[in-house]
Amino acid sequence: MDTTDRKLRAILADVLGLKPDQVAEFTADTGLFGDLPELDSMAVAGLLTEMEDRLDIVIDEDEIDGDIFETYGSLLAFTRAKQDAG
Amino acid sequence: MKPDTYPCPLPGGGAAAREYALTFDHGRKGRVLIAPALFDEGHKLRRFTAEVMRRLDGAGIDCFLPDLPGLNESEQDLALIEPEDWRMALEAAARHFEVTHVLALRGGGLVLPGKLGGWHYAPVKGASLLKTMLRARIIAARETGREESIDALTEHGLAMGLELAGYSLSGEMLRQLGELIPGKQPGITAIEHDLLGGGPLWLRAESDEDRAQADALAAIVAIGVDA
Repeated sequence: MDTTDRKLRAILADVLGLKPDQVAEFTADTGLFGDLPELDSMAVAGLLTEMEDRLDIVIDEDEIDGDIFETYGSLLAFTRAKQDAG
Repeated sequence: MKPDTYPCPLPGGGAAAREYALTFDHGRKGRVLIAPALFDEGHKLRRFTAEVMRRLDGAGIDCFLPDLPGLNESEQDLALIEPEDWRMALEAAARHFEVTHVLALRGGGLVLPGKLGGWHYAPVKGASLLKTMLRARIIAARETGREESIDALTEHGLAMGLELAGYSLSGEMLRQLGELIPGKQPGITAIEHDLLGGGPLWLRAESDEDRAQADALAAIVAIGVDA
């Protein structure tokens, strides 16, 4: 697990109120948006703001797409792509 | 903890309205005004705020959590409120309850009355609060197949007002809030969230509490009030 992976899990733990060992069990296929009813639009917006702060990326609204939040793997891939682009 | 009220100036002047406040008031020497977090964060942090107050009371300190006009139980129309009204409300509450210090949470620290020393927990820029609410609106709209953008919403909002996360905000509220930054006031010490440990409670998708965080924040304030 690299730094980006670790930080992203920590942010999800904060938003979802999970313990570190629970988010450590997330795999690339773990479902997020559709599978977690508590992840409403306000929670997702807070998640994005926190990702920008802690992962040092800038997210344009045009890029916010349901597909990004489909699974943990897709969110991590999106984050890495943003970091590489930055 | 008792519900009480305080006389709060009406927006635009005129006779004072009454706003609610939760209070621990036993006429003690140390008296702390709580400037609550704003909007959705105010709800997310309400329980935490009350838990911090219980601990301050246990440490022999009186404390007061006023409703800001247009938020929580207030009967004022939020669409007519500007940040300056909140600053005046906190000033009125500070005077009414004869407080000695202030503890602000998140956006509450953007509208502090002058002259009062104290603490600001997890400071945030007004622009950051607005951006998160604008994003939530865009995400919710997209789920229903409607495309909105931050630029277009902001332009429309500044001219006509805007509903964000269920809150009706005037153009003036959007303009002023977007410009407010913390750390401007002398005598106010910032307490970054990391000092408390654990995850920030305003981020939680479902409201939660954290005893250790409440212990930590109350301890910092209690030590400061006694000093």
